Amino acid sequence: MLDYLISGISLGSVYAIIALGYTMVYGIAKMLNFAHGDVIMVGGYVSFCSMSYLGWGPLPAILFSILVCTLLGITIERMAYKPLRSATSLAVLITAIGVSYLLQNLALIIWSSSPKVYPDLFGGVEPVMIGETRLSFATIVTILANIIIMVGLTLFTNYTKIGKAMRAVSEDKGAATLMGINVNKTISVTFAIGSGLAAIAGVLLLASYPTLQPTTGSMPGIKAFTAAVFGGIGSIPGAMLGGILLGVIEIFAKAYISTQLSDAIVFGVLIIVLIVKPTGLLGKKVSEKV
Amino acid sequence: MKNLSINTKKAFLNYGIVIVFYIIFQSLSAGGALSNSLKGQLIPIVVYMIMAVSLNLVVGISGELSLGHAGLMSVGAFSGVVAASCLSDVVPSPGLRLFLSILIGAIFAGIIGFLIGIPVLRLNGDYLAIVTLAFGEIIKNLLNCIYIGVDEKGLHFSGKDEASLGLAPGGYSIVKGPMGATGINKLSTFTAAIILLIVVLVIVQNLVNSRTGRAIMAIRDNRIAAESCGLSVTKYKLTAFVISAAMAGAAGVVYGLNFSTIVPKKFDFNTSILILVFVVLGGIGNLTGSLIAAGLLTVLPELLRQFRDYRMLVYAIVLIVVMIATNNEKLKVAVAVAIDKIKGKKTGKEGEANE
Repeated sequence: MLDYLISGISLGSVYAIIALGYTMVYGIAKMLNFAHGDVIMVGGYVSFCSMSYLGWGPLPAILFSILVCTLLGITIERMAYKPLRSATSLAVLITAIGVSYLLQNLALIIWSSSPKVYPDLFGGVEPVMIGETRLSFATIVTILANIIIMVGLTLFTNYTKIGKAMRAVSEDKGAATLMGINVNKTISVTFAIGSGLAAIAGVLLLASYPTLQPTTGSMPGIKAFTAAVFGGIGSIPGAMLGGILLGVIEIFAKAYISTQLSDAIVFGVLIIVLIVKPTGLLGKKVSEKV
Repeated sequence: MKNLSINTKKAFLNYGIVIVFYIIFQSLSAGGALSNSLKGQLIPIVVYMIMAVSLNLVVGISGELSLGHAGLMSVGAFSGVVAASCLSDVVPSPGLRLFLSILIGAIFAGIIGFLIGIPVLRLNGDYLAIVTLAFGEIIKNLLNCIYIGVDEKGLHFSGKDEASLGLAPGGYSIVKGPMGATGINKLSTFTAAIILLIVVLVIVQNLVNSRTGRAIMAIRDNRIAAESCGLSVTKYKLTAFVISAAMAGAAGVVYGLNFSTIVPKKFDFNTSILILVFVVLGGIGNLTGSLIAAGLLTVLPELLRQFRDYRMLVYAIVLIVVMIATNNEKLKVAVAVAIDKIKGKKTGKEGEANE
């Protein structure tokens, strides 16, 4: 029982970190970045290659994959999303799906579809025992990383200049422009942060579930989006709450109901939340103006 | 022909394309001029055409992005396959059996579409897209767990395994969870698929030009304005969604009865995207475009076998480029000017892709 709860929180922490990327981008650019899940996969492959082929240690590999993903996020935003700033949400969403496909198929061509076994990041570190419960080092790192990122991001958006700019843009793009905020730059920074977080999430995900494939990112990506919606999209604490709840629900569904149906249950939760409370648990209600 | 409205002309253009397509390929395949692999592609091509037309009803006419269309197709496919094997003793004629199976598949998919549509259509935009995606995944997941068998007492269902069906001797299982439906009696024919395509086109084109169709498009263009004119948003959106679902189900039946084995995994998110690519590439809201895009994009990979690995990559790039190009104001103006020059008129309408 407690074991399940902990692995649920651990998985949920990964979802929460991914969901942060979704939530920030959605809050500011009002778009669903479908390719976010595939940035996770790219982060996974980059860190995998630098560890397995270049022989780097885990830390430089992680930092390198964060760098690559950040650049990738900015590039995607510049190339694919920026020309569509004024387009309908349907057009932007289809483009995002296109980017997601592009990344998956590039990965398929570069790394082939055969699954790669991710190296054990924390090999040699003994799991911590709390009473009867075994706490693996990967779990501890994941949960800690989640807390640090949460606190860091909250401080960043509340107290730094660029963070305040991000909040201003998400509230009213036009007014923000009039106040001298560079909207395009702010959106780029948001994408950069989101993608950097995706790289971290990728490494943490693979530390617990070490199978790496071109499609590795898509399912966690969709679930993390579910988590973001669950918690209230646009809200940073909401992403955290939604992520952890979703992770726990998924693990419990797997343990007590059915392994095969766990995805269906997770999506069922999303649907129920959207019907009962369309703005999510911590979301703000926005009234529609004519 | 001169006094026909432009809509009627467009409609007849589509029927014409389908009939010409049918005549060409039917005679080619009768003459033995088609390779086996291409011959095997004929029914899937038509099925994808039907899927593209049906998705276009939701995406183009109703203006909602649905990412779970393959799920509805699989509902049709599996219920149709089960129906076909149940009817095998009762209805001897394969044609009639196919017809009844298609009808049953369409009804089932329509019911599921209705059940999904009630909650889903209260949402809009990105949320609607993600919820349809979620429903598609749920359907796939559920089908992965369903076991259906038949014996003299009737149908048996189980969510666990084949053994728990409790079949009497002489009975056999039709759907086996992740293994899918096996031993399907291949009932589908190219002619039947074409007839279904024409029926689907008749339905969609007449719907678009009806009072209901205009209401659906009015809601797409401005929901609040349409609502204030007394149109029931839910009713009209649901109409479009259910009709589209039923047509996807019918297409699924033809698809399922074309193979000896179908698995739930075949109808995943990628298939939904594939159909969306047809719709987007053919021009959102343009049925002729959907038909041509579905046909070409299904055949092309067969012909360019050596580039198969790059097919999805090219799809992805095409999706992005088409979206950016059709939303580029400068390009829109340039194309409009070019069209005007060709026509020799002074004023023209905007867009090219929407036309």
